[in-house]
Amino acid sequence: MRIYVCVKHVPDSAATITIRGNNQIDESVTFLLNPYDEHAVEEGVRLKAQIGASEVVAVTLGKEAAINTLQSVLAMGADRGILIKTNDRPDSIFTARALKAAIEQDGKPDIIFTGKESIDSEGMQTMFRLAAALDMPVATNVVAFSIDREHAFVECEMEAGVRQLLEMPLPCVIGTGKGLNKPKYPTFIDIRKAKQKEIKQIVLASLKIEKPAASMEISELKLAVEQRQPKELKGQPQEIVKELIQVLRDEAKVL
Amino acid sequence: MEKVGILIEFKDDKIKKTNYGVITLARQQGCELYALVLNGNAAACKEQLQQYGIKKIIDIASKEGPLQWHPVKWARAVVAAMDHFGINTLCGLTSAQGKELLPRIAADLDAPLVMDCTDVVLNERAAKKSQFSGKTVATIKVNGNHFIFGIRPNAIEKQPDPCEAEVIPFQTTVDKEALVVKEIKLQTHTGIDLTEADIIISGGRGMQKPENFAILFECAQVIGAAVGASRAAVDAGWAPHSMQVGQTGATVSPKVYIACGISGSVQHFAGMKTAGLIVAVNTDPEANITKNCDYYIVADLFEIVPILSRQLKLVVGENQLT
Ligand SMILES: Cc1cc2nc3c(=O)[nH]c(=O)nc-3n(C[C@H](O)[C@H](O)[C@H](O)COP(=O)(O)OP(=O)(O)OC[C@H]3O[C@@H](n4cnc5c(N)ncnc54)[C@H](O)[C@@H]3O)c2cc1C
Repeated sequence: MRIYVCVKHVPDSAATITIRGNNQIDESVTFLLNPYDEHAVEEGVRLKAQIGASEVVAVTLGKEAAINTLQSVLAMGADRGILIKTNDRPDSIFTARALKAAIEQDGKPDIIFTGKESIDSEGMQTMFRLAAALDMPVATNVVAFSIDREHAFVECEMEAGVRQLLEMPLPCVIGTGKGLNKPKYPTFIDIRKAKQKEIKQIVLASLKIEKPAASMEISELKLAVEQRQPKELKGQPQEIVKELIQVLRDEAKVL
Repeated sequence: MEKVGILIEFKDDKIKKTNYGVITLARQQGCELYALVLNGNAAACKEQLQQYGIKKIIDIASKEGPLQWHPVKWARAVVAAMDHFGINTLCGLTSAQGKELLPRIAADLDAPLVMDCTDVVLNERAAKKSQFSGKTVATIKVNGNHFIFGIRPNAIEKQPDPCEAEVIPFQTTVDKEALVVKEIKLQTHTGIDLTEADIIISGGRGMQKPENFAILFECAQVIGAAVGASRAAVDAGWAPHSMQVGQTGATVSPKVYIACGISGSVQHFAGMKTAGLIVAVNTDPEANITKNCDYYIVADLFEIVPILSRQLKLVVGENQLT
C-alpha cells in the first residue's frame, strides 16, 4: 500500500513573530512540523506497521529549509520524503495542485493523510482541494480511523459531544485531528537512521502547473495589537466578586 | 446589488444565534441576502431571520424532502442553489459544520475561501483573519468567480433590522456519493457549545483534578455559560478535548472569558484573544494572563468561584423577579 503524508514546515507556535515588509514574517525563528501533521505521520506509520508491505512517503511544499521538517517526519518512521521546492508562498488553491502533481509523479496513492489545518496560515482547506483535484473522498478532523481492503472508516469530531462516522472507498484523503493518536517522539537512533533516508527535491516550476483562475493573497500582515489594560480587582473575596459582577452587568452587559 | 448567500446553521433544529452576526455583516454592506436552509426548517426560522433583515429564505430540499445531513450532498446542494439563484458570494460560520461544508463548496467551485474571518469587506473581496496563533492579523484578497468566507462565530455583533421574508423552495437532485454517513454519534456532553456561548468559564492546571470542574459547571449553569479548559487540563484527562480552548482546540470569541487557574500561554491565547472581556483568576500575580486581560483577581479559584456562583444566583434570581 502506498501511504502519502502531506506535511508543512511552520513557525513554532511559541516563537515571537515579527513582520518583514508588508505581508511576510521574519523567518529567522524556529520552524517545525505542523502539530496536526504529527498525527497524520503517526497514523501513516501505524497503518504501515499494521498491514505491512507498504511505503510511507512524506510530501511537503516549501523552501529548502523545509527539509528539516521532512527529516523529523522520516525520524518518526516515514520511508521517503519529497520536497516541492519554491521560494514563493503559493495559496492553497495552487498548493493542492502542486501536491497532486508531485504525488502522481511519484506513484499511485492508496491513502493520503494530512493534518486538519496548519497553525501558521490556519487555512483549513488544502486537503479538500487536494481531494477534489484527485477526485477522492475526504474527511477532516478525524479522531478514529480503521480500514479494510477497500474502505476507510473514520470518526470525525464535530461540535462538542457529536461525532460523525463516515465510510469512504480507498483511495481517500484523511485530515487528522488531535484526538486520533499520540505521536511517538523519535529516539536518537531514529533520528540518526532518518539521515540515511531519501529526500527527493522537485523544483515547483518543473511541475508545470497552470495558473489557476482563482487565487488568494495576503495583501497585508500586521501584528495583532494587544490593547487590553489589565486592572486588578482587590479586596476581600466577597467584595471582589461583587465588583466582578458589576463589570459583567454594566461593562460586558451579559447579565 | 451583490447577491450573498448565508449558510444558516442549526443546533438541534434551533437556529444558532451566531448566524445573526454573519447576516449583519453582509446586510450592513448593502448586499441582497439569501438565507440558505438545508434541513427543512426554512419556514420555522422565518420569524427569526426576518428580524435580521433577511428577505429571501431558500428552502433547499430534494424530491424526497429535506436533506439528511451528509457533508458532500449538502455542499453540492449549496453549489446548486448558488448556481440557480446567481449567487457568487457565500458567507457561513467557522463552526464544526462550517469547517466541513465551506471547504467542500470552495473545492467544488475551485473558488477562494477564507476561514475564521473576523471581518470581511465584500465589495473589496478582502477578509481579515488571524494567523500565526493569533499573533498577526492578515488581510487576504481573493480573486475568482465565486468567493467564500467563513466568519468566526461571535466576531461580528448582531444587529436586528426587521423586514418581511419569503420562503422560496428550491429542489435539487441528490446523487449517490462515495462517502457514506454511517452514524451520528452523540456523546454525553454537558452544557452549551463553546463557540456559541456569550460567556465561557475555563479551567486550567489550577483545577487540580477532574472532579473540581464541577464548580465551574455549577457557576456556568447559573448564567448560561459554557465551560472550557486549557490543554494542560485536557492532557491531564480532567476534561475532554472538545472543551479545549486554544491553538489546538476551539477558537472562541465570547463576550466574556473567565480563565481560572490558567497561566495564559501563547497557545491558549490563540483560541480566545478576541473575546470581548477577559477575566483571570490566578494565585500568581505574575502569570502571563494578568498582563493581557481586562480584569484579574489574585486569589485562589477555589475560594472565588463558589462565591461567584452564589452571588450570581442572587443576581439572576433578582433579574427574574423584576
Ligand atoms: C503545539 C502546541 C499547541 C498547544 N495548544 C494549546 C491549546 O490549544 N490550548 C492550551 O490551553 N494550551 C495549548 N498548548 C499548551 C500551552 O503551551 C500551555 O502548556 C498550556 O496552555 C498551559 O495550561 P495552563 O495554563 O492550564 O497550565 P499552567 O501553565 O501550568 O498554569 C496554571 C496556572 O494556574 C494557576 N493556579 C494554580 N492553582 C491555582 C488556584 N488554586 N487558584 C488560581 N490559580 C491557580 C497558576 O498560578 C498558573 O498560572 C499548546 C502547546 C503546544 C506546544
